[in-house]
Amino acid sequence: MAVAEFTTPLDLEKIRADFPILARPVHGKRLVFLDSAASSQKPRQVIETLVDVYETSYANVHRGVYYLGARATERYEGARDIMTGFVNANDRREVIFVREATEALNLVAYAYGRTFVGPGDAIVATEMEHHSNLVPWQFLAQQTGATLHYLRLTDDGSLDPDSQQRLAAIENVKLVAVAHVSNSLGTINDIPALATWAHERGAVLVVDGAQAAPHRPVDVQALGCDFYALSGHKMCGPGAGILWGRAELLEKMPPFLTGGEMIRTVSLEKTTWNDLPWKFEAGTPAIAESIALGAAAQYLQGIGMEAIEAHEHALTAYAYDVLDGISGVTQYGPKPPNRAGILSFNVGKVHPHDVAQVLDSEGIAVRAGHHCTQPLMRRFDLQATTRASVYLYNGRDDIDALALGIEKVKRTFSV
Amino acid sequence: MDDFYRENILDHYNNPRNHGHLDHPSAAAEGVNPLCGDELAVELEVHDGVVTDIRYSGRGCAISQAAASMLSDVVKGKPVDQLAQIGKEDVLEELGIPLSPIRLKCAMLSVGVLKVALSELTGEPLPPEWNDPSDGIEWKSA
Repeated sequence: MAVAEFTTPLDLEKIRADFPILARPVHGKRLVFLDSAASSQKPRQVIETLVDVYETSYANVHRGVYYLGARATERYEGARDIMTGFVNANDRREVIFVREATEALNLVAYAYGRTFVGPGDAIVATEMEHHSNLVPWQFLAQQTGATLHYLRLTDDGSLDPDSQQRLAAIENVKLVAVAHVSNSLGTINDIPALATWAHERGAVLVVDGAQAAPHRPVDVQALGCDFYALSGHKMCGPGAGILWGRAELLEKMPPFLTGGEMIRTVSLEKTTWNDLPWKFEAGTPAIAESIALGAAAQYLQGIGMEAIEAHEHALTAYAYDVLDGISGVTQYGPKPPNRAGILSFNVGKVHPHDVAQVLDSEGIAVRAGHHCTQPLMRRFDLQATTRASVYLYNGRDDIDALALGIEKVKRTFSV
Repeated sequence: MDDFYRENILDHYNNPRNHGHLDHPSAAAEGVNPLCGDELAVELEVHDGVVTDIRYSGRGCAISQAAASMLSDVVKGKPVDQLAQIGKEDVLEELGIPLSPIRLKCAMLSVGVLKVALSELTGEPLPPEWNDPSDGIEWKSA
């Protein structure tokens, strides 16, 4: 069988030199890191930014009249401007710093959901969602008396158009929630089409961008969605993320968390809210982490999101073909090219924990388990899969190492 | 690291001892680790205070399944009152490899299920170290 040719616009050697951890052997072997979908590694530029903030510019933000307070605020708000550009928002007030996508989605579920979704209303999610974009809606439905419906999947792990057809008759849909890219299967969803579908029903579209924003250009205006959540730790950054939301929606939403920073005036009887985006940033934010998230976005933009996407696209096609050529390996999810850099597979009947353990002995890091998508696993009658996910620092050598590692799994367990 | 899957583990995994079901079990129990999906059921046949036969069934990783197979060999033929002595360290000794906290749960699933079955048999309460809700494992007497 022909294996897709791999060419990349990236200077892989230069990129790898930016990531100190890639130079550290694991069990005496070269580290083959194929678990960026869980959390990515960090380049020196981001690590140095964290150190630099604490060494030169650290104080609480939006408070101090002194030099450091002003400097920290300037850098923190500067990071917001960078993130505004990163998702091509047209207004910096629409970019709210959060811990990660989970917090962003919960913010929407609480502040929007508990205000604008009520008894008799409907919420639509999909069968492929990560628990972080499923449990908040289940909980919202339980607490408000709304009903939750699911878009189902075809056997190749794409959204089933028939199921969308069946759900078309549902009335009072107030909110549609979908992943931009599936974390278990690599499915890429057509967000502009889903936005149209949601808006035709008078619903808002909430997008979990955790697996997309690190890997491809994101333009929230072109996507047409209403909320977009991303996690910094999956895009070379530390523990900070953003929620992007349309200003007119954010304006009419009550706060999520309350306390300091998100207020304008407080009396013993009554409080008025701060302006966007600070209305949604109660308490002291993750200052250095948010600034370093800006550095991560700049690092990725410096390389080019289109180039990163093209690189992963080519590497995924190569990896899919390589795995396809190994007897006993079963892959799940759509075939490239309609697939992001996430490969989900099983080796014979070997439990994925055993696959991952043998691969670890070769210095190869992959994820094994249900990937926080238990309904998806049940859909495909799976207990678990092994997942290898690629990023800008992975190359053909990593996939070739994975293939050799899988051969070792097969030898160990006589597959 | 390379000898994680030692010959004895692979032997028990590939040639499980006492695998299957009993026609008339005296006691039975199941355990599930929802974190990784490992499932294990144990059935005991007891005559005059002695475990005359044991069967286990389930699905999961090589560690959980091999540990169950090894444990079944240890248990078979033993008086019930001696089984209370069997603990985590016995399973670790049988496996003979160091385990990370996550894999430790795989290894301990079968002995935990055995404890639940024994508690059902004797009417003695489940020892507290096997009844810790924080470990996430769900036990069920059959």
